[in-house]
Amino acid sequence: MAEISIPKLAPPTTSVSAAQTNTPFIEIEDVSLFYGASKALKNISLKLEEKVVTAFIGPSGCGKSTLLRCLNRMNDLIDNVRIDGAIKIGGHDIYASDVDVIELRKRVGMVFQKSNPFPKTIYENVAYGLRLHGMKAKSDLDARIEECLRASALWDEVKDRLNSSALGLSGGQQQRLCIARAIAIKPEVILMDEPASALDPIATARIEDLILELKKEFTIVIVTHNMQQAARISDQTAFFYIGELVEFGATAKIFTNPAQKRTEDYVSGRFG
Amino acid sequence: MGIHRGHKARPGEWLAEKFIFLVSLSAILMVLLIFLFVAREALPVFLGQTNTALVQKPIPPDEMDKHSPAELQAYLELTPEQYAKMDKATLRSLMDVKVEAQDDVPEDFRNDPDAKINTTEWQYLVESHKWSGYDKPEYIWQPVGQIKKFNIIPLFVGTLKITLIGLLFAVPLAVGAAIYVSQLARPRAREIIKPAIELLSGVPSVVVGVFALLVMATVLQSIFHYQTRLNAFVAGLALGFAVIPVIFSIAEDALTSVPRAYTQGALALGASRWQTAWQIVLPAALPGVFAAAVLGFGRAIGETMIVLMVCSASVMSWSIFDSARSITTTIAAEMAEAVNGGPHYRILFMLGALLFAATFISNMIGDFVIHRFKLKLEGKK
Repeated sequence: MAEISIPKLAPPTTSVSAAQTNTPFIEIEDVSLFYGASKALKNISLKLEEKVVTAFIGPSGCGKSTLLRCLNRMNDLIDNVRIDGAIKIGGHDIYASDVDVIELRKRVGMVFQKSNPFPKTIYENVAYGLRLHGMKAKSDLDARIEECLRASALWDEVKDRLNSSALGLSGGQQQRLCIARAIAIKPEVILMDEPASALDPIATARIEDLILELKKEFTIVIVTHNMQQAARISDQTAFFYIGELVEFGATAKIFTNPAQKRTEDYVSGRFG
Repeated sequence: MGIHRGHKARPGEWLAEKFIFLVSLSAILMVLLIFLFVAREALPVFLGQTNTALVQKPIPPDEMDKHSPAELQAYLELTPEQYAKMDKATLRSLMDVKVEAQDDVPEDFRNDPDAKINTTEWQYLVESHKWSGYDKPEYIWQPVGQIKKFNIIPLFVGTLKITLIGLLFAVPLAVGAAIYVSQLARPRAREIIKPAIELLSGVPSVVVGVFALLVMATVLQSIFHYQTRLNAFVAGLALGFAVIPVIFSIAEDALTSVPRAYTQGALALGASRWQTAWQIVLPAALPGVFAAAVLGFGRAIGETMIVLMVCSASVMSWSIFDSARSITTTIAAEMAEAVNGGPHYRILFMLGALLFAATFISNMIGDFVIHRFKLKLEGKK
């Protein structure tokens, strides 16, 4: 990273814009996360609304992916992780002791940076999650799989080869298949961890169109390194820097008139 | 100067590369040489040049000249080289010995139809035969005695029986342990279990044999109440212990090398860790796991000492609670007492050659299947 002097900040100012009046759907309250002794997230508080695309931006290592993974408890898989604070989704504390992680992950789906279809057929990739959650009848599966592949704009490309391996698809197609797989089980929230960072511009554009389409039904949280992408698709943007939430607000405001100097430096490409 | 200087620019690297190439070539050469040696010793059996008939029509030494050299050579059971080296006087005395040997045949066997049979003919090696004194055709391996019975079927059945029991026991346990260690265990548990299982491969098979002979045999008999204390079941289980670390190591490697992205994808869909391991990781690692099983098969079929110690009666029986004698055990136990160059010796080598061929073919099939699995996983088929 380039050597630039960034003024030492006062405690994070979470300036949620008052223009939004929706009730918050995801409430992150004073969350800190520790890897062993090092503090990767520092007292983050955020309120995300339903059926809105929220982008997490910030330089590498700023904790945006870590926070994203807190939302479906994927960090549970890592040893030596400790999380303080509370995260509520739809009013339920997802770190409460009586929470079924499997049920949580059914409600909070995830799309990863690198497309990761299973080494199975295209059909089986989408069917897997459905079967996990109890859908058995072939006719139900067929109908839902078609619906999801259509929703992820993949149906026309794969309808003739549903029974061939998903690994034969192109990178962009694989990523759309992963999105289809995620929406098949009808989650309420979809987390996307740099879903287009490994794709070419055309495939990226298709994924972005898809996200705008999915916004009508799902609450989407997307981590991205691509500033233009955040500006194009998100309604709200949160800017993180070294584990702190620097600024959060309407995307238009963050990109045109940020309150913080550091946000302005970052979105204008002065560092990052 | 210039960039096109070829290998001469780096003589050290060139030399090292050639040396490594030679070493790998020598491995192929070794395998080939071993097979050639074994097959050469077994060749007379394949060519039908051995004769074990107890009662033969003797050729009187005086009629020596009436017979062709080839006939004489076969009659005296000599190789062409041996025959070529001998002068007439030596041959004559050998023929005297042969006639005397016929006179020495015990009276009981003179009229036994079995005594006229060359038991090294294929018919007697692989088909059942009604030997005198038996009331039905039987497969019998009895290489010592007046009438030597070399039926190899009991040995193949015994080998197969013990190997399959061993694999049926070892593969599920080893693959299960591999799944547990690579997917489910906490790091602390993994650090203890993995080396412990791999340590098992360092236990000499004699020690496993002693344990099976003294402890397992007794315990298993008291549980299953079968009649023969030392049987194929005990041998197979003991064999399983020797094979588990082999299968475990390779299967664990294969499972661990399944991309983390698959695991994460499944977990993010709401699969439990168990479902992820069983439904996503295991299928993705199937080529490697299958390769582990094939290697385990090779180790099991070749294992000699454990089977030799636990059971070695060559009975023809498919029951796992009867004794059994495997091919390797037979070779190990009998090679030292077989007359060098005699029919028994030849047949032991033939068994070795057949075992070699069987292992080779099973490995080829295994490779082919693994290759198909891989193509299917990668979506190229």
